[in-house]
Amino acid sequence: MITFTQQQSKIPKLMRPVYIVTAGVSKFDRAFPDKRTEELCIDAFTMASDMLDMEPAELKGYIHTCYYGHFADHFGDQLLGEAVIHDRLGLDPLGNIGVKTGGATGGSTLWEAVKAVASGYSDCTLAMGWERMDEVPTDEGNFLISCAADKDWESPLGHIYTGYYAVMAQKYWQVFGKEEDSFRRTMAEISVKHHNYARFNPYAQGPMKITIDDVLKSPVVAYPLRALDACLMSVGAACAIICDEETAIKLTQKSKNKPLRIWVSAGSHTLRPADRRDMEIPLLPNETKEQYKDFGKRFPGGERYPGFTGFLAARMAAWYGYRMTGITNPMEDLDVVELHDAFTISDIQTYEDIGLRPYGYGRDYVESGDCYHINPKTGKPGRLPSNLSGGLIGCMHAVGATGIMQVFEIACHLWNRWAEMHGDEKYWKRCKRTKPDDWTNLQVKDAKRAMAISHAGVGSHVTATILMDADSLLKKDA
Amino acid sequence: MSMFGQVYVKNNQYKLKGDFHELTPNIPIRNADEGWRLMGVTNPRDMTYIHAYGGEAIFFESLPKGKLVSSRCDNPKCKYKGSIWMPFRIYCPDCLRPMAVFDMTDLAKKTARIHTFMVCERSGAFNILDKPIKFINIEFDGVVTILMSYLLVGEPKIGMRVVPIFKKVDPTYTILDLSWVPEGTKEEQLPIGFSF
Repeated sequence: MITFTQQQSKIPKLMRPVYIVTAGVSKFDRAFPDKRTEELCIDAFTMASDMLDMEPAELKGYIHTCYYGHFADHFGDQLLGEAVIHDRLGLDPLGNIGVKTGGATGGSTLWEAVKAVASGYSDCTLAMGWERMDEVPTDEGNFLISCAADKDWESPLGHIYTGYYAVMAQKYWQVFGKEEDSFRRTMAEISVKHHNYARFNPYAQGPMKITIDDVLKSPVVAYPLRALDACLMSVGAACAIICDEETAIKLTQKSKNKPLRIWVSAGSHTLRPADRRDMEIPLLPNETKEQYKDFGKRFPGGERYPGFTGFLAARMAAWYGYRMTGITNPMEDLDVVELHDAFTISDIQTYEDIGLRPYGYGRDYVESGDCYHINPKTGKPGRLPSNLSGGLIGCMHAVGATGIMQVFEIACHLWNRWAEMHGDEKYWKRCKRTKPDDWTNLQVKDAKRAMAISHAGVGSHVTATILMDADSLLKKDA
Repeated sequence: MSMFGQVYVKNNQYKLKGDFHELTPNIPIRNADEGWRLMGVTNPRDMTYIHAYGGEAIFFESLPKGKLVSSRCDNPKCKYKGSIWMPFRIYCPDCLRPMAVFDMTDLAKKTARIHTFMVCERSGAFNILDKPIKFINIEFDGVVTILMSYLLVGEPKIGMRVVPIFKKVDPTYTILDLSWVPEGTKEEQLPIGFSF
């Protein structure tokens, strides 16, 4: 589809306010030879009930329906894995459903859980996501991941998803990055930032104190992408409890958590990048048609939109999400974001798709220092910090859990509990990890609004989850 | 003696011959640090899928014949009538009517150029291409999409003119039967089994 009807352009509307009251995560790691998936899910659920100062059994008593995000059945060799987890959580005979949208599975799971509450079907829902990627050797894992590409037209080409994905990176690198060393270093800076932030996160799989040169010297995966430009392959679980206002008030009575308003919007695009057709750029509230009129002149080779350089699904998720919640300028209206940094370069592409910078200028979000907790250029708080969890590069990418982990992270900032949930020694001990001597509190001060972008592969599905303090809404009837 | 699983269709039913899987025993996984206690078990499995190309079969059948067929929407009621699609699609995604088969071999020989590319040093299990794999995406005049394939001769560059080559000897009847080489490549430079 390259044009939209009035019906397709409808701004989504929830039938009643929906809230997130708590969330939880497991430890994330490359492999868990000593744990079954259900143990990780119960770790996440128990953290969520702990945050409400409530016994798990008591919290379970509020849940009406369950939404389970688990992408790759073939990794775990278990169809209906959702039913296994549902049983082990002791939630039978409640209705439950599995959600699968590739890397966006976590975000899509929240999308379903929110709609169930908004519609009135349920007053309280569980959104739980996980992934088990350690039950096959790495090359077979790469094969299984490549099955997410078109089986006739793409997968036989090397059975390596990176190849199908990285052609887009190459185009962006040449057209917008202009193959400049400075751009390459900016990409590397993202990896340094995310691995470093992961050092302060006890659940994170990839904490590293590295330099730009370390990234530039890491092995080439698909030029210009190197090993340290890429996200992790992970195992782990994350969950969130979504409910209506009345239930939110009851559940948070004994908790430091304040109920937060939640919205999720979604977009999609062709599974095969090869099927992308040219279209006009759908404009976000902070953009004008005028600013893109000489785009091809400024960036020769970038005339085709979305071509291979933009993620239309991310653009559409933001297009719906911003209008639904009253966001007119994400840089001004949001306080913290978690983005889907599958690769350093796709992180930059996403800055443009969601309007943090205009198309073609994503690198400036990093180079200005706006994306940092503390801007290294000014020594002052970053204008809109991103991926303080470490993101997919530093923290984890346990596919079905990723979008929910991101929401746990941004919610911790809005609850003003980031330091407690990441700094308390008991969490470091639980994860059998050592808290670094220079551990730094990354709590974003006075954070009121946040967003997480959950993204599938080459951009087939993307969701935008937006959280707001209920006293800091941008739109009265959102 | 075992025989690879083979399938043919008779009376619109699959007929199977040969071995479609092999039995391999489970092996326990033990912990070397904790007295070799049991941690899990391997579950080996070797399976053969039986996959229908359906209305796309003509595309894969045409490759070993040296033809690149695409599809074109000729529906007069379609807003985007005349659009040529490569990858081949059975139905127009706009009007959902069947598309016409359009032989674009000459169009590809005359106008194909690299839109973007990627040289990939890694592969997944079961890969049969030599590494590094040179992924290329190809644009054509008058075609609304950008095909993904691979380059077998030379180094890719954005904007480079390329021409299709086809695996006419020992074809796989998969997308691997189509590859590309820089314009001007000589027949004798082509990999074994491929020709223009």
